[in-house]
Amino acid sequence: MSESADWTGGTEAILYQACESCGAAQYFRRAFCASCGASDVVEKRASGEGIVYATSLVCRAATEETRAHVPYNIVLVDAAEGFRMMAHGENDLAIGDAVVAGFERFAGRMVPYFMRRR
Amino acid sequence: MSFITGVGLTSYGRHEGASSLDLMSRAATLALADAQLARGDIDGILCGYSTVSPHIMLATVFAEHFGIRPAYAHAVQVGGATGLAMTMLAHQLVDAGVVRHMLVVSGENRLTGQSRDASIQALAQVGHPTYEVPLGPTIPAYYGLVASRYMHEYGVRQEDLAEFAVLMRRHALAHPGAQFRDPITVADVMASKPVALPLKLLDCCPVSDGGAAFIVSGEPTSEAQVRVRGCAQAHTHQHVTAAPALNELGAEIAIARAKAASGLGISDVRYAAVYDSFTITLAMLLEDLGLAGRGEAAARVRSGYFSRDGAMPLNTHGGLLSYGHCGVGGAMAHLVETHLQMRGRAGERQVRDASIALLHGDGGVLSSHVSLFLERVR
Repeated sequence: MSESADWTGGTEAILYQACESCGAAQYFRRAFCASCGASDVVEKRASGEGIVYATSLVCRAATEETRAHVPYNIVLVDAAEGFRMMAHGENDLAIGDAVVAGFERFAGRMVPYFMRRR
Repeated sequence: MSFITGVGLTSYGRHEGASSLDLMSRAATLALADAQLARGDIDGILCGYSTVSPHIMLATVFAEHFGIRPAYAHAVQVGGATGLAMTMLAHQLVDAGVVRHMLVVSGENRLTGQSRDASIQALAQVGHPTYEVPLGPTIPAYYGLVASRYMHEYGVRQEDLAEFAVLMRRHALAHPGAQFRDPITVADVMASKPVALPLKLLDCCPVSDGGAAFIVSGEPTSEAQVRVRGCAQAHTHQHVTAAPALNELGAEIAIARAKAASGLGISDVRYAAVYDSFTITLAMLLEDLGLAGRGEAAARVRSGYFSRDGAMPLNTHGGLLSYGHCGVGGAMAHLVETHLQMRGRAGERQVRDASIALLHGDGGVLSSHVSLFLERVR
């Protein structure tokens, strides 16, 4: 598959795939639906809205580049479109918070960064 | 039918100058002596992996180094579940008559062979290369995520998790081979440096050098007989982003299958050996396995249930949290200790009755699970 036009490829967007056959949403990009095996998956752009599922504030990083950012909050967010993703977020985010995605630079790359929805 | 006929374990901690092969050889030599077998009796080798010295054919590298020409040999890689996955495979190959005496061995100079940063970074690669690793997570962060959710759903507090670190340390005090032998308190755990909240330094297992080995045979080689009664696996995902809900994780599936395979229930178990890479891992697995009710494992630690003289002695060598974690050998130490307990050879750590033991291993981020029942025949 080609380079993705989302944050993993340096574009300010969160993409996911929706299965035309079974309706499943998946975040990790592949050429088929991992739920039913059908190959008619369609790439869609997510709204960036979601609910915080889990958080972990990283205080000890393992590389020189990431150490410059500590502490940083790793979060799992349940997107409104029905998939779960890992991202960064505000350090005081709590489970259940309604959030919306922005983007930030981290260790030389662009990463999704969730903020509380106001 | 298969029997664990011998076990070998080095001390865990610093082994300056020892390579992964050295540590594997030391453990294998101990296991052979324990089983009263010679090198030439071994016709199968299963080994884990070494992050310090990766090799695409580690089992044959080891076989050549150790001086064995086996009829069957290869490595196995299931992260922290590797030790018990190898035991399960050895059991089945021996039971099928493919191998008579399988040497299961692993060892790694993970502490002195590379920097701690390199270790942490190598392990973080279990994350998704595109969607997780660029975010700078660490293994403690993956488990920190799980911990935050578990605490949220079941009302578990950081002080509850700390109890498991204290228990493992108390057990390690009685083992001369343990990496950490200074007593700690809940307050010490709470005050330890934050690593990936809610996990703090003392919630995390250390990085260690060490080696472990055992031999799985088709018939007993001495009077002491410990046999594999039944085992099973479950694999629900690799990456934490793709993990199922907390009540659908693999430990519950694996234990249900292992119960069916062995005809045993939790009420039969007298000794428990459960993977404890982090305090949250141990808390969750105990509850998933049915060794404690949901959110109640810490209360059972406080009441002494999992202590050496309690109803369900747990990881009496100190577990990964205090005996140490050298990779695949880490969880193999749980089996070595279980074997010592079952044969009444655990010295001052000896428990009253270890006639039936339950072992459980976890690899990845609660991704891969192996449950295994051992039974002392006499």
